[in-house]
Formats: sequence, structure tokens, C-alpha cells
Amino acid sequence: MTEPLVELKNVSFKYDAEAAYALDNISFNIFKGEWLAIVGHNGSGKSTLAKLLNGLHFPLEGSITVGGISLSEETVWETRKKIGMVFQNPDNQFVGTTVRDDVAFGLENHGIERNDMVQRVTESLEKVKMSSFLNQEPHHLSGGQKQRVAIAGVIALRPDIIILDESTSMLDPRGREEVLETVRELKRDYHMTVISITHDLEEASKADRIVVMNKGELYREGTPEEIFQMDEELVKLGLDIPFPVKLSKILREKGLPLSRHYLSEEELVEELWTSHSKM
Amino acid sequence: MDISLQNVEYRYQVNTPFERLAIKDVSIDIPSGTFLAIIGHTGSGKSTVLQHLNALLKPTEGQVLIGERKITPEKKQKNLKEIRQRVGIVFQFPEHQLFEETVEKDICFGPMNFGVSEEEAKKRARAAIGQVGLPLEILSKSPFDLSGGQMRRVAIAGVLAMEPDVIVLDEPTAGLDPRGRKEIMDMFYSLHGTRGLSTVLVTHSMEDASRYADQIVIMHNGEVYKKGTPKEIFSSPEGLLKLGLDVPEVVRFQLKMEKSLNIRLSKTCLTMDELTDEIAAVMKRGTAT
Amino acid sequence: MMDKMIFGRYVPAESVIHRMDPRSKLVLIFLFVCIVFLANNLLTYGLLTVYTFFMIALSKVPIRFIYTGLKPVLLLVIFTLFLHLFLTKEGEVLFRFGWITIYEEGLRQGIFISLRFFLLILMTSLLTLTTTPIEITDGLESLLNPLNKVKFPVHELALMMSISLRFIPTLMQETDKIMKAQTARGADFTSGPLKERVKAIIPLLIPLFVSSFKRAEELAVAMESRGYRGGEGRTKYRQLSWGLKDTAMFAMLAALSLVLILLRT
Repeated sequence: MTEPLVELKNVSFKYDAEAAYALDNISFNIFKGEWLAIVGHNGSGKSTLAKLLNGLHFPLEGSITVGGISLSEETVWETRKKIGMVFQNPDNQFVGTTVRDDVAFGLENHGIERNDMVQRVTESLEKVKMSSFLNQEPHHLSGGQKQRVAIAGVIALRPDIIILDESTSMLDPRGREEVLETVRELKRDYHMTVISITHDLEEASKADRIVVMNKGELYREGTPEEIFQMDEELVKLGLDIPFPVKLSKILREKGLPLSRHYLSEEELVEELWTSHSKM
Repeated sequence: MDISLQNVEYRYQVNTPFERLAIKDVSIDIPSGTFLAIIGHTGSGKSTVLQHLNALLKPTEGQVLIGERKITPEKKQKNLKEIRQRVGIVFQFPEHQLFEETVEKDICFGPMNFGVSEEEAKKRARAAIGQVGLPLEILSKSPFDLSGGQMRRVAIAGVLAMEPDVIVLDEPTAGLDPRGRKEIMDMFYSLHGTRGLSTVLVTHSMEDASRYADQIVIMHNGEVYKKGTPKEIFSSPEGLLKLGLDVPEVVRFQLKMEKSLNIRLSKTCLTMDELTDEIAAVMKRGTAT
Repeated sequence: MMDKMIFGRYVPAESVIHRMDPRSKLVLIFLFVCIVFLANNLLTYGLLTVYTFFMIALSKVPIRFIYTGLKPVLLLVIFTLFLHLFLTKEGEVLFRFGWITIYEEGLRQGIFISLRFFLLILMTSLLTLTTTPIEITDGLESLLNPLNKVKFPVHELALMMSISLRFIPTLMQETDKIMKAQTARGADFTSGPLKERVKAIIPLLIPLFVSSFKRAEELAVAMESRGYRGGEGRTKYRQLSWGLKDTAMFAMLAALSLVLILLRT
């Protein structure tokens, strides 16, 4: 694999008043251009992890390196340029009074020159398919649309990494699909590194790699195939198994000769088709 | 208690430049003991329908029967408290409505508004906190010191303590993780059975609708697009897909498979078990011949 | 709830007034408030009225809109008229009926002062009718900029205003939602004696406070993660541009003041 873009080494963290560690000795790497899903039940430490990556908190022990820069209070504004965050609540991250003003907010903060700014606002809104809403006010937008504007605000700053901190959890199914589709396109066209923090296993199954968090510890790390072999273990962690995996498992129990657990419905149908037509 | 919406229309802000038609010609019957799911996109009118179920909104056309009460556009309604007590609504993100110093006081708020004595309300609070699966110690805590999931349960307990005959749920599991989602829905389903409640579930989740409901109403653009049992609704999923609505995973998979293998399963499957049995049967038949 | 408040609400349209620089509108309004006091006879008041209605015509805001918006304020204007009518006891007696006596000066003063009041309201509401709140904020920020030298936090103030503007509709929706949720739990916001009603507000206010704090906290985090570190080194996306029309409007107001000075008695 290539050089890691983000390195976490023995990271521990706890919130002031609490006795238990919110994060306990976490180490893993994030590589350029990959989609990494961090999953875990509510309170497993996955959101704390996101806050650490963005320098909203700093590790008590251990170190985080982003693009070669060691993350600390001195370098935090440097590393923030490399990482864009999309948060959970669509309303509470919309700063501007209109769509275009909101996208411009980040650019203004970074002192981008006006002509460049106008161009970047237009481009990024095109990218998330919100160009026709330029002067719309936030309370006239759906949750999914607001999240896409938030994504536009992030990509306008051209970061290397985009972190989705439960960005789809408050959306309806249609909004969720819109947002994920947008992120997939960004990854394809800009080779962006995507870190999605989620408890939606369907979302995670589309990632390149999954990190499973439990009680502040890194429980398991692997490809979706590897992770979903865990099966009932995942349910015990308060998570779920994606539908195709569940289905192939029951089919195997009922005596069908399936070669493995499938992660997508298409693959499973394909396999059924092959064995059906062989008969 | 039976509820019945008859040709209900609702317009927001009548006689202003901002007038907007939200629902029209909506007729839905909810006989006592039904588990009804109302499904539709954001903006399909389902939350407007919901607010008619306990007279938070008064129809601008048509009428709503709630038990013996009749809500019509003309009559100004007095004394709606009785209706509000008998039809409890758990709104989306109900934890946002918590306000008291202690969990116990918050749960007692509803019952005491309806004239229940403090002593009786406290008794109900203890019962309700158990029903939502929280320990009794939590009663003396401040609701704002709890975790998100616990707050949600406390808010639900506040509605349960009103001892309604009908319980209306607006996306009760939004934002919860898979385990929390399942626990909350299973709890409502068991309450529905043991207490003989009517339950109305407003949701995006086709999975929950097909798993728990006996009747489903699909809303689209302010109108009832379709109603029936889950079997009836999902036996022709193409229409739903055309509206951009989901269908349950099981139904979707069956459709995909039938298309690809060019076969028809003998029935519309709603559970994983039915589906796998059917698939196994088809595949084995294949081997036999 | 908000839709009932039409007074001063921005009405989108394509007009000279809409396209004017908010700074010039703010300054012009201020100057207008001053020169209104120059008028003291029929001719000068007439000129002011013509000017005001000319501006309204230019703005292309439908009269109907202005009328419905002004209705509540109109009562105040009429009250002012009567106040002067009854309380001024100067000049010839025009009319006597029972205990009511109306003097010439009373009528004159009543009409002039309520007219003055009326024109002021019209012009200031024209500002908000044709300028979005955010434009007003930008205009203010730019006009107050010199105060930066004396360490007055102009940028922070403007940001605060624009964020409040952004969140007003969100909070309205939230209020409506919580009100409904508590009503469903048997709360009664609309009837009962005052003391009861004040108490009934608590289940509404506390959740609103709690959620506003939470919003503020999350917003601060979001702003920080998008690189906000205060006003220094920031560029601006929205730009104000002074045009020919702004200069023309100033010229017109200057001419009006000159004529007023010449014609007043």
C-alpha cells in the first residue's frame, strides 16, 4: 500500500469529568484515496475519534499525524486545511443566510481572493448538484440538500480528506442516498480520501475498509468481507448485518451451496442465477 | 377507540398569500386495536395527517371522528383535553420536549395536565419507566444528564404515562443505532399487543412497516396513494418504486431475483424466512429436474 | 406564526430601489428623518408626500402589501391626530360639540404631525421592504468600519447579526414543534388566567433554551472546523458597490432639502 495519509499511534483520550477512557490506545492508518468506514454503536468512541482528527480535542497520550504534520495546538490550523468535516445535524452547520453565502464562509475564513472565491462557490455547488439553489435560504431546503451544501462548503476548500461524522443519520432514505451518491462521485473524480463515521452498515459495506469501535477500543479492522464474516458478533456490538449477508447465511443454512457471504444483492443474484441455470 | 378521517383536506394559512394545500381527500379508518403504518416521502403530507389524529389541526374540509367526538371545519372545538389524553403522540426526536428538573416530574407532566393526582402520576411514572426499559433510579436524575437514547426513552415514558388508548409514533427510531432501533420498535409492538392499544406509526422505514403493521397507508403529494395489508401493498412493488419510495429489502430482492432468473416465486414474501424457503424450493426443484 | 408579520418583511422585486447599495439607503433614510423636520407648511409637506410616494412607486412594492403591513401602525397615526386635535387650544375655534372644542391650530398640527409620522414610517418600512436583512447587516458593517480603530468589534457584531437572522426561521419552526408536542401532552397555551399562562410557557421555554445552546455549541464547532478564527485576514464574498443610481438618489434628496429650506415659512 501507499504511504499513510493519516497515522494514529496509541491514541488515548478521556473527557475531563469522566473516569473511563473515551478512546483507549487506538492505532491505525488511513491511506490516500480510500474510503474508510468507522462503525460502532452510539457511545463507542467513534465521534470522539472524529473530533480528535479535526483537532477539536487533542490526544492525552499517543500521536496523530496528518499528511506528515504531527497534530498539535500549534499545527491544528494547518491540518484543518487538509481535512473537511460534515457533521450530523444539517441545521447546526449552516452558517450563511443563503446557499452561496454558506459555501463562501469557509473560503472567507481562509482569506481566498474574491474572484477565485466566486469561481469556487459556483464549481462546488455544481459538483453537489445544488446550482439551482444559489440564493435559497436554509429553511427552504431538505435535510439532504443542506448536507450537500455542507459538502460543497468542504470541497470548495480543496481538502485531501473529507470526514462524514454521522452525516446521514438524521436524513430520510432519499436524502441519505443523495448524500452518499455525492460522496461517491467526489471520491471517484477527485480521488478524495473519505472517512465515514456511521452506524449504518449498508453505508459501511460500500467502503474499502472498516474499523469497528467498541467501548473506546478498536475492536476489529478489515475489508467489508472480513468484517461481515463476524456475523452475530456484530449484532452483539449493537450493530447489524447487511441484508445480502444475512440472506446468504440463511440460504446456506437451508442447504444451498453458496460459496461465500455476499455483500451486494447483485452478486448474490448472480450466484443464484449461475447455479440455477446450471441445473 | 376508533379514529376515522373522512375526506379530510387541510390548507395551511388560509386567506393569506402563503396559503398551501397540504393534504386533500384523505380517508383513513383506524379501528380500535389496529397497527397502522403511514408511509411517504418528506412533504407527502404524512405529518399533517398525524396532527389530525388528536385535533392539533382542524380539517379545512371533511371531518375527523375521534371516538365519539366529531371534528369539523365549522365548529370551534372546546375541551380537547380528553382527546389529547386518549390519543398520545410521540413526536420525532421527542427528547427535545423534556424540560423538568427530574425525570419523574417530566413523566408526570402529561398525566397531571389531565387531572391525575400527583400520587397516581408518580405511580404511573414508575410503571412507565419500567416499560421503556430503564431502571427506577433514573427517576430522580435530571433528564439533561442522560444519554441521547435514554432521553428518548424518558420522553416516550412521558406519553405512555398518559395511558392513551391510541399511540401515534412519528419516526420514533430516527437517529438511533441498529440495536436501539430494534429495542424501541419491539417495545411498542409488545405494548400494542399487551395493552390492546391502537398504534399509528409514521415512518420512512418500509422494513418496520412490513414487519409490524397490519394496515399500511401510502401517502403521496398530499393524497392517499394506496392502502391495504402489507401483502397487498408489496405484491405490486413497481408502483412504489416509481414514486421513488423504497420497498422492504426482502421484496426488493425477490423482484431482482425474479427478473434476473426469469422466474416467478409462488407468493410475495415479506420475511427473510419466507423468502429463503421459496428460494431454496426453486433451487432444489431445479436440481431435481 | 412568522407569516402573519408582514410589516417590514422583505418583498423581492427588480427595482432601482432594490438594487441600490444598502449603505446609501441607510444614509438616505437617516437624512430623510432629519429633513422631514424642515417642513412646516402645506407646500413643504406636500413636497415630502410626493417624494415619499415617488419612492414607493420606484420600488415596485405592491401598495396592497404596504397597506396590510401598515394597518396596525395606522392606528397610532390616527391616535396622534386625535391627540393634537383635542389637546391643542390655539387659534380660532372651528367646531364645538358638547365638551369637544376643536381649534384651527389643533387641526393644522394634528394633520401635519401625524402626516410627518406617517411618512417616516413609510420610508423606514420601505428600507426593510426592499433590502434583505443580510444586506442591511453588510451595509451597517461597512458604515461602522471606521469604529474598528477604536477597537469596536464591528465584524463580530455583523456576524452575530447575520447568524441570528439565519436562525430566526429555524427557531420559529422549533417553537412550533415543541408547542405542539407539549399541547399533545395536555399543556394549554391559549386559555386560563394570566398567572397560569405564564406558568404554561415554561415547558416551551426550557426546551427552546436547551436546544438553542446545543445549536450554538455545534455551530461554533462547525465554524471552527471550517477555519473561522475571527475577523482578521478574512475576505468577503458579498460585495457592496456604489453605483450611479446611488449618487443620483443623493442628488435628488439634496435638491429636495434645498427646496424645502427655500419654501418653509
